[in-house]
Amino acid sequence: MTDATPARAPVQSVPRRHLPSLPVSLLVGIVLLAPLVVAAVAGSWIAPYPYDEMNIMSRLQPPGVEFWFGTDEFGRDVFSRTLVGTGSSLVMGVAATALSLLAGVPLGLIAGYKGGRTGEAIMRAMDVLMSFPPILLGILVLAVTPPAQWKAIVAIGIVYVPQVVRLTRAITLELMQEEFITAARLRGESAAYILFHEILPNIWPPLVVEASLRVVFAILLGASLSFIGMGAQPPSSDWGLMISEARPFVEQAPWIALCPGFALATAVIGINLLGDGLRALLDPRNTGAH
Amino acid sequence: MFAYTLTRLVYLALVLAVMSVLIFLVTQAMPGDVASMIAGQFASKEVVDAIAVKLGLDQPLIVQYGHWAAGILRGDLGRSLVLEQPIGPILMEALARSLVLAVVALFVVAVVGIGLGVLAAVRRGKLTDQLVSGVSYLGIAVPDFFWAIVLVLVFGSYMKLLPTGGYAPIADGFLPWASHLVLPVITLVLMLLARIARLTRSSMIDVLQTNYVKFARAKGMPESVVILRHALKNALLPTITVLAIDFGLILGGVVVIETIFSYPGMGRLLLFAIQRHDLPLIQATILIVSAAYCLANLTADLLYAFVNPKIRHGMRAS
Repeated sequence: MTDATPARAPVQSVPRRHLPSLPVSLLVGIVLLAPLVVAAVAGSWIAPYPYDEMNIMSRLQPPGVEFWFGTDEFGRDVFSRTLVGTGSSLVMGVAATALSLLAGVPLGLIAGYKGGRTGEAIMRAMDVLMSFPPILLGILVLAVTPPAQWKAIVAIGIVYVPQVVRLTRAITLELMQEEFITAARLRGESAAYILFHEILPNIWPPLVVEASLRVVFAILLGASLSFIGMGAQPPSSDWGLMISEARPFVEQAPWIALCPGFALATAVIGINLLGDGLRALLDPRNTGAH
Repeated sequence: MFAYTLTRLVYLALVLAVMSVLIFLVTQAMPGDVASMIAGQFASKEVVDAIAVKLGLDQPLIVQYGHWAAGILRGDLGRSLVLEQPIGPILMEALARSLVLAVVALFVVAVVGIGLGVLAAVRRGKLTDQLVSGVSYLGIAVPDFFWAIVLVLVFGSYMKLLPTGGYAPIADGFLPWASHLVLPVITLVLMLLARIARLTRSSMIDVLQTNYVKFARAKGMPESVVILRHALKNALLPTITVLAIDFGLILGGVVVIETIFSYPGMGRLLLFAIQRHDLPLIQATILIVSAAYCLANLTADLLYAFVNPKIRHGMRAS
């Protein structure tokens, strides 16, 4: 570990290293995500077979010319199912994140702007929510009624509300120190005006970065919930559900699990890179070290 | 430090109390009537009512919560409806197994993650660095259950090296016991490795640029001593905190892992309880896992305060 290092000058300037990597991660992210977005929008049209078409004559077929990624235990085409499942899997993460922003941003704005007892009450409620392990909070919300995908989306949304509230509040508090807010206050603007016209436009950049990374967690949590039977329901071809259904056949027909698994990995890596790129783009001071 | 700890403990107790109310209310809203479940499908209405009265289910919610909470404070977690046994012993056994999984996984993550992080920091920008971040990236790119399936496929089905699931008590011997832990532990490690490695790398890079490291080098100390003795000790500060948080994450996240590997811990107990609508068991499991999670997070905060000299010596925390 030490053989090559002693002669080397220990200090390098940080910016030089990070600026060139900026467009690359963004670009690679977009390249990885573009086909997924196409699949999410037009999956059922591109797919060679209907995602739920059963064909008993061709059960558990290995990948080949007829079925590119083989078939599952009902003879359904794995490639078509994965393609069509893109929408379900990505929408789950994106919708849940949107939901957490929708609930979290106003709460965070109020907590930051008003402070005092209202702010304290909001933050303590968030503390309680954050005290549950994420997947358990999801399960707790979902266990009440029969599972359905939209419920899983709501559950994941709730799980990530506290993080959004905390971030929004922190940025709001920071902005409140700025002169343009003081100016607006002295002009006698209403609280609503200051919140929506002065503060809100300024908190978007960090929130967008946060959200892009949050989507990854939401997609993975959604896949996990589908995997344990609390998210998307059969015959949906949600990736988490597909992998779960493939489990009993994993020795005979590993392709049923591998295909959605790789799709999931592509989505996660793509969004991560996109998020890193966005972060570098929107906040040049950030070195992206963490 | 003492006052800080005390405040945090009191706050934790409050949070746990609110959590218990939430858990109780949500599980009460679940469909399915406990009394008729116990009585069975064909029981008459009188029998069902009698059971409801006996269990106190006819009383207002707040009274029922009071009974439940008082029981927990006495150490009585209630009786499982499906297993028809007191929950306490079942739960403790499952918790112990989950803890074994969590502790072993955490240990491996700490050793491997910190090792890789230091390596990447020292070889910063070189192939080793990129290899480490590439490999650790893989761990978080795919959900844990997918890794689990791949591992089962490779080591269990094809190579027939390891059992693909289940559990052997340590009374059966060390090897059977340990062999059942290997795959679940690797899965957990893959999930957590990236964060620890990246964090150690970045804090190590920061520390390597500080003056005292330059001074140690200038004194002519061997590079290994500079890195391992001087730099690592300080670079580990943030890593230790994240490790404690990870411990809580493992405890919460075992639900999926334990299901895949049929490992009889807390996670599987919870899913079993949910599938069978065993209300008291659901309540107890969620409460205990959440409490353990909170404790792990509190430990993380206290550890950070304790290790960080700025906070330890009385400066205000954040």
